[in-house]
Amino acid sequence: MKLIDIIRYALKALSGYPTRTGLMLLAMAIGVGSVVVLSALGEGARRYVVGEFSSLGTNLLIVLPGRSETVGGPPPLLGVTPRDLTLDDANALLRSSAIRYVAPISIGAAPVSRGAREREVTIIGSTPHLYHIRRMNMAQGRFLPETDSSRAAAICVLGYKTKQELFGNSSPLGETLRIGDRRFRVIGVLAKKGESVGLDMGDVIVIPVASAQALFDNPSLFRIMIEARGREAIARAKRSVISTIRERHDGEDDITVISQDAVLATFDRIFAVLTLTVAGIAAISLAVAGILIMNVMLIAVSQRKAEVGLLKAIGTPKGQIISLFLAESAILSLIGANLGLLLAALTNEVLSRIFPQFPIAAPTWSLAAAVSVALVTGLVFGVLPARQAARLDPVLALSRR
Amino acid sequence: MINLSGICRQFQVGEEQVTALRDIDLAISSGEYVSIMGPSGSGKSTLLNVIGLLDRPDSGSYHLEGENMTTLGDAQQAALRRHKIGFVFQFFHLVPRLSAAENIELPMMLAGLAGSIRKERVNGMLEAFGLSDRARHRPDQLSGGQRQRVAIARATIMHPHILLADEPTGNLDRVSGQEVINIIEALNQKGLTLIMVTHDPELGKRAGRRIRMVDGLIESDKST
Repeated sequence: MKLIDIIRYALKALSGYPTRTGLMLLAMAIGVGSVVVLSALGEGARRYVVGEFSSLGTNLLIVLPGRSETVGGPPPLLGVTPRDLTLDDANALLRSSAIRYVAPISIGAAPVSRGAREREVTIIGSTPHLYHIRRMNMAQGRFLPETDSSRAAAICVLGYKTKQELFGNSSPLGETLRIGDRRFRVIGVLAKKGESVGLDMGDVIVIPVASAQALFDNPSLFRIMIEARGREAIARAKRSVISTIRERHDGEDDITVISQDAVLATFDRIFAVLTLTVAGIAAISLAVAGILIMNVMLIAVSQRKAEVGLLKAIGTPKGQIISLFLAESAILSLIGANLGLLLAALTNEVLSRIFPQFPIAAPTWSLAAAVSVALVTGLVFGVLPARQAARLDPVLALSRR
Repeated sequence: MINLSGICRQFQVGEEQVTALRDIDLAISSGEYVSIMGPSGSGKSTLLNVIGLLDRPDSGSYHLEGENMTTLGDAQQAALRRHKIGFVFQFFHLVPRLSAAENIELPMMLAGLAGSIRKERVNGMLEAFGLSDRARHRPDQLSGGQRQRVAIARATIMHPHILLADEPTGNLDRVSGQEVINIIEALNQKGLTLIMVTHDPELGKRAGRRIRMVDGLIESDKST
């Protein structure tokens, strides 16, 4: 018997019982669809968290002054006041081969005015390295130039929102504005980026770190942001930060180094497991669909006893009867799986319209897994009914109407 | 052509052992017209099924055209049913979702014949049996006589050597029953060996050889 005839015969059998076929397709489609949609949701959650963290910059270390230890007990009454982090500390860190960028940060709020407009803005004092560490982009002009970080140049870079508020739609490049009691020349505007964890980079003004220290009259740094040369260099960078600062602070460990990579890796693991779990739960519905196919096929076999008997009487060997019924289950699960993918694509589309900020995306592995699991369940659960059909005694099958 | 010797067949019905065939010896030659009659449960259908390779005897030997049938496997028996034996049933047993033409085509499809040959033979058959205008009708759109004619067309489309008919007119009115008998007898006259099980004594008498069975035994075997 030719393959095309087997397929045609199976298709005719399926279209001959539309209700039963429709129900099985629905079950299969829901099974496949839920695997794909749920794993897309899990994957979306993972990407969302990873995305939030990497907008902060990857391979990032943050150095804070003071030692924060998570041991219980009351704070020391006569504790040592930590030494301040200074610009020289920051510059010393650059000597480590594990460290690529070092951005000292001095932060504060100051009144900013241009003409009649005045408002309070967060001022960040830093170096050109901040641009790389925070993965910034320029909308206009350029970022702080590479110069000696101890030089207090009177230049500034505006956040997108600050620029809109102070300059409206006109170009601010080359214009001057007043921060506190000093005048600064605008050399660039940051691109609109949205909020990255912790700080809205749209509502700031960035100036050279030395200028900020002078402005706030405070030589100590708020913190130092460091980017390691790679994922594997993070641990080495951390060690070298601690040892360098200890050396400069007379042997005191009075800083805290936070590595965001560790946090990120933990989240990554949690969400990978979460996605797998959710997909696993969805796979149960796929298995249920398989069992449903088996049940309905078994009913089909007993409904079509006379047909099977006839097929045997006109000379169909057992193997061929098995392939006829298996072809039916295979076609059912194939069409059902495709409907399921369609259903999933539709659901994902609707979800991403409703929650545009949530990156819903079905991972490729889940598509492949859902379709192959559907096919395998269809075939595995189709074997039993097909064998039952092949074992039917033709005499008994034909004796009754 | 057909040679049965010492054929026995028993069935388990509930607790009871029912003997359908007791030590049957029977020889039928090519081109014969045989009717098998007898009361219900006399074993005539079982005999037909054994000859048609749908049922295996418990003991005895069956030779078809000199070949021993009792030792063949499922696939070989299926091949013989496909090529040498045609079945006609009381309840027609057409596949309900297939059209008349597709029902007739079924054995050729199972045998894997090329589409063009299938189409040609089906059209020839439809014409010969006066079913050309019914080719696309499904069985439930056909009359009983038409259904049985489709069934006969299906049984003979592979040019079998033997046609086995189990109460072919049992479910038909007199007029269409007569039509069906005429067709079957015409096929027999062209050389097809015809074995027919029937309850109807009128019908039974038309056969050249009349076998009467009672309780799994051949009671009488008359030829004219």
